[in-house]
Amino acid sequence: MTFSPQLEARFEKLLRSYPPGRQRAALVPMLLYAQDEVGAVTPEVVEEIGRRLGVSTLEIEEVISYYSMLRRTPAGKHHIQICTNISCMLLGAEELWEHACRRLGIGHREVTPDGQFSLEEVECIGACSWAPALLVNYDYHHHMTPEKLDRLIESLRKPQ
Amino acid sequence: MLYNEPSPLEVRLLTRRFGLPNSASIETYLATEGYVAFRKALQMSPEQIIEEVKISNLRGRGGAGFPTGLKWSFVPRQSPKPKFVVVNADEGEPGTCKDRVLMENDPHQLLEGMLIAGLAVGAHTGYIYIRGEYRYLIEIMDRAIEEAYQHGYLGKNILGSGFDFDVYTHTGAGSYECGEESALLESLEGKRGIPRIRPPFPAVVGAFQCPTVLNNVETFCAIPAIIRDGGAAFAALGTPKNGGTRLFAISGHVNRPGVYELPMGFNLLRMIHEVAGGIRNGKKLKAVIPGGTSCPVLKAEECDIPMDFDSLARAKSMLGSGGVIVMDEDTCMVKVALRIMKFYAHESCGWCVPCREGTLWLKKLLTRFHEGQGRRSEIDLIGGLARNMLGRTFCPLGDAAAMPTISLVEKFYEEFEAHLDGKPCPYEIKTAVRV
Repeated sequence: MTFSPQLEARFEKLLRSYPPGRQRAALVPMLLYAQDEVGAVTPEVVEEIGRRLGVSTLEIEEVISYYSMLRRTPAGKHHIQICTNISCMLLGAEELWEHACRRLGIGHREVTPDGQFSLEEVECIGACSWAPALLVNYDYHHHMTPEKLDRLIESLRKPQ
Repeated sequence: MLYNEPSPLEVRLLTRRFGLPNSASIETYLATEGYVAFRKALQMSPEQIIEEVKISNLRGRGGAGFPTGLKWSFVPRQSPKPKFVVVNADEGEPGTCKDRVLMENDPHQLLEGMLIAGLAVGAHTGYIYIRGEYRYLIEIMDRAIEEAYQHGYLGKNILGSGFDFDVYTHTGAGSYECGEESALLESLEGKRGIPRIRPPFPAVVGAFQCPTVLNNVETFCAIPAIIRDGGAAFAALGTPKNGGTRLFAISGHVNRPGVYELPMGFNLLRMIHEVAGGIRNGKKLKAVIPGGTSCPVLKAEECDIPMDFDSLARAKSMLGSGGVIVMDEDTCMVKVALRIMKFYAHESCGWCVPCREGTLWLKKLLTRFHEGQGRRSEIDLIGGLARNMLGRTFCPLGDAAAMPTISLVEKFYEEFEAHLDGKPCPYEIKTAVRV
């Protein structure tokens, strides 16, 4: 399988980052960066990265199952991750979550039929002082309300 | 960028560049005493650097509060193996969002702290382990690293000193437990973040089985100020054995939540009322979790307390990661206990049975309680189960789940009683926590 030149450059840099004989250290970053490009950690991704690092498929599967951001099937184009941990909960994150589910008609780790949106209830994302907070892919949105979420979804729906 | 207004009560040492134009750029950094401490450290012996850090009374800002200078002194002087500097930027303790702003607004301060640590222990390579969700910070740190290479502050023979140092960023991929140092090192090696048994400690056997200095982002960020102005000046900002300032992330039911840099030992009630603007909607304070969810809760009447490691330990809580979670009188403490346990059950890696089973059973019990289906005898069972996890696991995740739970049952027993016999939650919380 082939990756984009940008991703290959990233991989090359990663492989130079660790001591000699310790290239396996690049495994978790490679899986996440590959997922960002491919959409998921597919069997092809596992095979390719395993081949490059000399790590067995079984060992990679073991690693994937540990990390919550790595997934086997693609998320939506806009992956909305709503934190409901304590600081966000105290300021209405659960209501925000319920609102998002109703609004998009999907639940935890589900994707809308058109593939545009997916939802995930996540643990603390490090935005506690600006709660409630959510991530769309890797972008932070602070001080959220159901109304702001509606506007955000509308703006993401529009063709870029 | 800044996400909240600063407070006039702040003592801005680590955050002094926040708000300057292009505060993350090397030009701004160099124009504001940037890399001055590193130049000074180049003229010092490793022993002198470590001594200065010891004098500063700097204690680990990740949560444990271990004296940083002492930690550095455990790295063997003579070692046939290479040594490493590792930054823990896996900020994940619920209630904590300070390392994020430090890296975002002043990445060179972190790099300078790493360089000085490298000089102190004889390391030539540094890794910044950043949680996967903080992708934009990887871009910011990579840019800063590139600038530092271009200006000769990283690479070979830095400033003609003969000292070499390289820095790399490394992303995690979603795991609270990797914030624990030995789990982080496993993850850095491309494995599941299963904690290691200690001893040996990372100072002797750390990254890639080599001697390693491993500290939190904020700890490294304090180093340039300590070397530049002297350890004594840093120590004088705080209370005895608790040097310097600290970034407190205040969240919850206050009027002005935010990250504020305050001297160690700053009074918690003043923090809530004067820095964070008091409780929202004119409500009364009920409780505070003073340092991230791993810390035992304080009741309102216990909050007239200096915020330093020793004062909080005397109050049988912890200063932890500086995440101050404020709860008003309408907060259901059973629900708080449930939400905290739901988190730890989700994050437990399953390696140690007391943690894996304990968090799961506690989550089930607390779920039933919050639904009004608890039985009187089970109130003590909650505390008992939690106490059975204490000290019986490889890493502190089990303790982190148990400690707040024990304190919530002890201090808010009557709220657990109020949920018995099918009674609905007296706080009329609209939605139950989904499990």
